[in-house]
This record gives sequence, C-alpha cells and structure tokens, in this order.
Amino acid sequence: MSYLKMFTVAVLGALLIGCSSAPIADPDPTDTTYGGTDDASSTSGMNSDDPYGGSEFEDPNAGELGTVIYFDFDSSEVRPEDQDLVARHAMQLTDKSFFNVRLEGHADERGSREYNIGLGERRAQAVRQMLMIQGVGAAQIQTVSFGEERPESMGSSESDYAQNRRVEITYTN
Amino acid sequence: MLTRFDEVDVLKTIARTLIILTLLSAQAMAELVIDVQGVSQPTPVAVVPFGWEGGSAAMPLDVASVIQADLKRSGRFAPIDESKMLQKPTDGADVDFQDWGFVGVEAIVVGKVIQTGENAYTVRFQLFDTFRRKQLLGFQIEKATRGNIRGAAHRAADMIYEKLTGIKGVFGTKVAYITAQQQGKGRLYTLIVSDQDGENEHTIMESRDPIMSPAWSPDSRQLAYVSFEGNKSSIFIQTLRSGNRFQVSNKPGINGAPSFSPDGRKLVITLGGVDGNPDIYVLDITSRQTKRLTTHRAIDTEGTWSPDGRYIYFTSDRSGGPQVYRISANGGTPERITFEGSYNARPRLSPDGKKLAMVHNDRGNYRIAAMDLENKNLLVLSTGQQDESPSFAPNSDILIYATRQRGDGVLETVSADGLIRQKMESGQGDVREPVWSPFPRFQ
Repeated sequence: MSYLKMFTVAVLGALLIGCSSAPIADPDPTDTTYGGTDDASSTSGMNSDDPYGGSEFEDPNAGELGTVIYFDFDSSEVRPEDQDLVARHAMQLTDKSFFNVRLEGHADERGSREYNIGLGERRAQAVRQMLMIQGVGAAQIQTVSFGEERPESMGSSESDYAQNRRVEITYTN
Repeated sequence: MLTRFDEVDVLKTIARTLIILTLLSAQAMAELVIDVQGVSQPTPVAVVPFGWEGGSAAMPLDVASVIQADLKRSGRFAPIDESKMLQKPTDGADVDFQDWGFVGVEAIVVGKVIQTGENAYTVRFQLFDTFRRKQLLGFQIEKATRGNIRGAAHRAADMIYEKLTGIKGVFGTKVAYITAQQQGKGRLYTLIVSDQDGENEHTIMESRDPIMSPAWSPDSRQLAYVSFEGNKSSIFIQTLRSGNRFQVSNKPGINGAPSFSPDGRKLVITLGGVDGNPDIYVLDITSRQTKRLTTHRAIDTEGTWSPDGRYIYFTSDRSGGPQVYRISANGGTPERITFEGSYNARPRLSPDGKKLAMVHNDRGNYRIAAMDLENKNLLVLSTGQQDESPSFAPNSDILIYATRQRGDGVLETVSADGLIRQKMESGQGDVREPVWSPFPRFQ
C-alpha cells in the first residue's frame, strides 16, 4: 500500500510540474533557433521526446472507487485484478479512520440457502482479512452475508451467476 | 357361458377401466397436474355432494369438494366427477351399492351439513366400502362455524384418508413459506402461512429486507425465522395468533438457520461471529444462553434436531464440499452421515426418524433426495435443476420443497417413495423455503 501511495505522489508531482511549466514550453521541437547545439542528430533526438513523461492515474480520494468485487465459482479468493481495488479502499480507510464499511457477501443461487449464507460470509471475510492486513481497523469493518437472497442479476445463466458471486463494499458513514 | 354374476363383474371391469382412462385424461388437462409415476395407481372413489339442512341461507362451504380435492391431491385417490354419479345420496341409508359398484368406485363418502345455530354447524359424514358394502366410518364434527368450517372439511378428509390408507392424513396441517416480489427498485419479502392446499393464506411478516429460514415450533403456534432488518441478520420468534414477536439472537455476523428442539425449549442456530466462522450453537429460548457445539473453521450450518432430541444433524464443508453430519445434542465429535455425491446439504429428518431429506447434487442438478437411515439407500425424489428446502409432512409420508418454474420459485410436494409428485398453487412472485407444520395439538 505504501508503495502505491508513493507512486501516486510521484505521478501527481510529475503532473503538477508538467502543468505549471506548460505555458513557457516551446511547442515546436523543429525550431532550430531555440535549440543551441550544433549536433543536429542529437538535438532532434532530444526534442522528439515529450519532456515531461507521465501516465493516467485515478485519485483514490476524488474519483469513484469501484465497490463490487466478483468471485469465481466456489471460490472466496479475491482475484489478482481486484486486489488493487481492495488496496485502494484500504488506503482510504486507513487515511480516514473514522470511515466505516459494511462488506456484503453474496452467492449465486445454486444449492441450499443457509449454506450459501456461509459462502457469502466467506467472501466478505476474505475482503475483510485483506483490508485488515493493510492496516484497516477491525472496528471499521462489519460483514453481512445475504447468501443468494439479493442477486444483482435475476437470471439463471453462468453470466448471471458470475455477477451474483460478489462482495459489495458500502461506506456506512 | 357366463353366469349373471360374471357378467356383472366383466361390466364392472370395463366400466372401471373406462372411468380410470377418463380420469387420467381429465387429470392431464387440469391445471394442478398430478404427475403420477411408477406403479402407484390412484384408487377411484366418490365424494357425493353434501346435503344442506339450514333453511334458506346457502351452505357456508361446499364441504364435499374440499374433501374431494384433498383426496385427489394426495395422489392416492381419483375421485369421480359428479356427472358420473348415478345417485347422490346424503345419508348412508340411501346408498345403492350396486350402482356404485357398477360405476367402479371402491369407496364412497356421503354426508350433510346441518345448521344448529346462527353461526354453528355440524358436519356429518359416512365412508363406505362399496365392494364389501360396509360402513368404514361415521362421524359428525360439531361446533363448526363459518370461520372454521374449511378446517372441519380438512379434518373429515384426514379421517377418511387414514381409514382408507392406514396413514395419518395431513390435510388439516399448514405450510409456512417465503415469497419475494419485485417492488419498485427493491423487493418485498413476505412470510406466509397457509393451509397445506395453498388456501387460506395469512401474511405473518413483511419486509423490504430478506426473510429466511422459517421454522415451526412443535406446538405449531410459533415460527422462528431470520430477518435482515437493518442490513444485519437476526433471529425472531413470532407467535402466530397474536403476531407478537421477540428477537432471540442478534450477535455480530451470521445469525441463521433456526430449528426448534422437539420439546420447544431450545433452538439450534448458526452463529458466525465477527470473524465469520459459522458454527452450530444451541440457544435456550428462555435464558438466551448459547452453547457452542461445533468449532471447526469450515462452514457448519443448517442444524436440525432428530425427533428423539438426541442428535443434531447439520451441513458442514469440513471435507471440502458440503455433506451432512450429526453430533450429539450435548456436544461431542461429529459423525459424517452422507457420502454419496459431492453436495449434500440442508438435512431434515422425517418425524418418524427413519429418513433424512437433503438437497443433493444429482449430475449437476440440485435435487431433493431422501436417505433411508437404516440401509443408507439414497433416493432422488425431485426432477428440477434448483430444488431446495425439503420439509417432511408430519406423517413422514410426503415432502414439500421449492423448485423453479419459468424462473420463479414454486412449491411442489412428493410422496416419500417418490411416486406421486405435484405442484402446489401458492403465493405470488418467487416462492421459496416451504416448511410443513406439525400436527395441530388440540386441548
């Protein structure tokens, strides 16, 4: 998480520098009068590069964070591609320790209902553990499992089931 | 050369065959399709329209048609249509056995409703064996009122059913179930109690948050259930007559799967705790003390008492997938009960203690199966893909469960031998989690 934080600060810094220097930058790299060197090849090489670099990023404090994490069939493991999302929630919750979340675990409709409550809880707990490892306080997190009782998608196809196996992160304050 | 006696017999047989064929085709067209499989052949019977002795007012209920519907729905009887009756006696003395023998019915019910006060009725009925020409039963139910005469008709059907089959009838019992209906952006969940034929629905509880896992008290006066009011699960016990309810468990995490002990004093429940490890607990309803029975880090849930109160059967995935285990009601080491297939969950014992019903994964389909606890044979009873929540009728002879029809949950019943299966018309929207009441207790 601290790595991600540092990365974000670095990118943010780069962008701020880029913005402030933009008005005075000469946009035309082929303008030879501006360059001061006789080595044409090296000058043109330098000037063809964007002098600032940078990449797109999401601000965890300003942007809308995704709040739904989906799970594979019969699994309560957070997929690698969702671990970053959980990390960003963790960052938000450690930054603002007065924030509380409710993790709502869900299962697809197959099988018996109370057992599915157990499966939904297992998923909510997987996210909870991940948040706690990253420093979120236990008191900030509440879990509830709705099992198969609150499907996101009402159908009975594999893709409906995939949408229903999920944990929803809800900020309660 | 045929004697006169033989001729009558032949005619009888022909008439019977014709009637059975007619009945079978009529059944196939009816909305309540009785899906009879295997060897079970319904016995032809006649329930003659009841007489009415009550002056100018109309009879408060067509008692005969309630009895007839009950017998038909059992799948064991094929009541003949009124148009096929050669006579319509309302008193045993007027029954012409030769006529009924010719029509081919094996038993006949006649009776009448007698008004005895402003809102007081007597339901009098007789059951005859048409071949032996003998009365099997004569009874009058007194003190019926307009409000409870349907129950009196079910009581009569129970007595007739028991006399003819030797099995206690369950027509006077009730069923509780949950419905979910889309309403605006959300859903409305309703806990309903109805007669076992789907009639006489009463809403017990309604909520925008899910309601789950209804369970009858042994005296059938209360229901325990799980409610997610306030986005949190908790367990309530509600008295049906008064509508009063009290919360019995509201611990952090899962509060689920309540089931009453045979003496009605305790509930077996599932608690998950903040760390979300569902385990089986016994809750003393009066003191609210809980006793933990399982400690495994797997999911342990869906506990249910054996009828003798000695064991608690439950679902656990400690071996990988869910299987049924049992543990002494006082605690101890759990013992695995199911080994056939990768998924066996939500155990329910028959009230006679001989069978264990469960949700069983049958080649990719979730179906209701019952295991004979003595010889361990497992019999798949249902044919759907998402069947769930089996519950035995108090006579151990029938089960009710939820299945899917065009995406919505509907209720079905099946005889414990798997031969007679039928839909139950009930509820609006998605109907699920049926639980059959115990036999009513009368003081």
